[in-house]
Amino acid sequence: MAERQTSLLAVRKLRTDFIRNVSLELPAGACLGLHGESGSGKTLLLRAIADLDMNTGDVRLEGVSREQFTGPQWRRQVGLLPAESQWWGDVVKEHAEHWSTALLASLGFSRSVLDWETGRLSSGEKQRLALARLLANQPRVLLLDEPTANLDTGNTGMVEHMVASYLQQNQAAAIWVSHDPGQLTRVADSRAFMDQGNFRLEVD
Amino acid sequence: MELIRLSAWDLSIAAALVCLLALLSWALRLGIGRQLLIAASRSTVQLLILGMILKTLFAQTNLWLIGLMTLVMLAVAGYEVMARQQRRFQGIWGYGLGTLSMFLSSFLITLLALTVVVQVHPWYQPQYLIPLLGMLLGNTMSGIAIALDNLTRNTWEQRRNIEARLMLGHEWSQAISTIRRDALRSGLIPIINAMTTAGIVSLPGMMTGQILGGSPPMEAAKYQLMILFMIAAGSGLGSLTAIWAGSRHLFDDRQRLRLDRLARNRK
Repeated sequence: MAERQTSLLAVRKLRTDFIRNVSLELPAGACLGLHGESGSGKTLLLRAIADLDMNTGDVRLEGVSREQFTGPQWRRQVGLLPAESQWWGDVVKEHAEHWSTALLASLGFSRSVLDWETGRLSSGEKQRLALARLLANQPRVLLLDEPTANLDTGNTGMVEHMVASYLQQNQAAAIWVSHDPGQLTRVADSRAFMDQGNFRLEVD
Repeated sequence: MELIRLSAWDLSIAAALVCLLALLSWALRLGIGRQLLIAASRSTVQLLILGMILKTLFAQTNLWLIGLMTLVMLAVAGYEVMARQQRRFQGIWGYGLGTLSMFLSSFLITLLALTVVVQVHPWYQPQYLIPLLGMLLGNTMSGIAIALDNLTRNTWEQRRNIEARLMLGHEWSQAISTIRRDALRSGLIPIINAMTTAGIVSLPGMMTGQILGGSPPMEAAKYQLMILFMIAAGSGLGSLTAIWAGSRHLFDDRQRLRLDRLARNRK
């Protein structure tokens, strides 16, 4: 029990029809780097933790079981950033209730971006704005699915820096999925590997 | 005015026209001739049987027989709603959702019409009950079928959008609100169109029938109006029920989008 209270996110025996028995713990401020081939179940693992797919297992946030939250409450605390963002409204503004100017600035946008048409956003802009929209909920856990896949080096650095300071300031934790080993060394303080639905922590 | 009776010969002239159309379809390779002939034969058999059944029903005015008849009508309408879904719900929901919504709307409104509006004695007088219910069922059937088809099809097509909203912590009702509204609207469009053009473009079926049957045109118009209003209310109520329950069933208690509750796309 004492161990559980120190970890921000505790996953025990998480299972879906593809993921097998994943257990992991994330302390506050930590970032776990996750890699593995396409189709190994990285995205499915993140979806299961966010409770978007049918799954069984015990998942807790600061010791509180997810069953104590409604689905939406849980997902506001455990925010998933999908590899491809979706924009249902006409302009950027509609996609979150509160946009923080500082947050937008740290991703390289001024407040005028809120009036931009979503149909005209570039893939890189979409990716960064999707992160801003997710962080507007102030989640405690970030599940980031290849958050810089469409970004150039400059913007990638900006996002890496931004997420690191968010984790620090909010005592949040993250799972960061990436195909780039260099990136994982920069952002993550521990690493794990997915292979055909099996999850393995890597020990240095 | 005396009703002019149709002989078998009169009917076969009309039927010959349908056969001619089928021949034309075959000559032009439209590929619809077979379906056309089957539909025409079905309607012939169905309507003749209905005529015979109604004849006995009218002669007896037995509540149980009438009740049985209405249940058969409902069962067939429920099947039709299900058959018109491109992606219907799996299991009992596939059949039950449309049928229950039609039952709630059509039966309630027919009952209201019989007891409060027309005030028939006894209220289950089959000359009134069967045609009224038939017209309500037929029209709410179209409305509900369109609305449900819209709901499931658009949910499937926009599943990424819906899930993106769920990921951001939106409630299920928020995530599907636009789709739900569009589905409801689409279910009401047929009756809105029917009311808009009634009497200008089309002479509605019931009014036509009453006029041919010798009723004064003003009486026929009043009955037609009542029916149109009831159909509007029935389609609305039925679509609302079906869409509300259907959209809820697309999500589970953890508010996950459950597309596995829909059957695969049928060709």
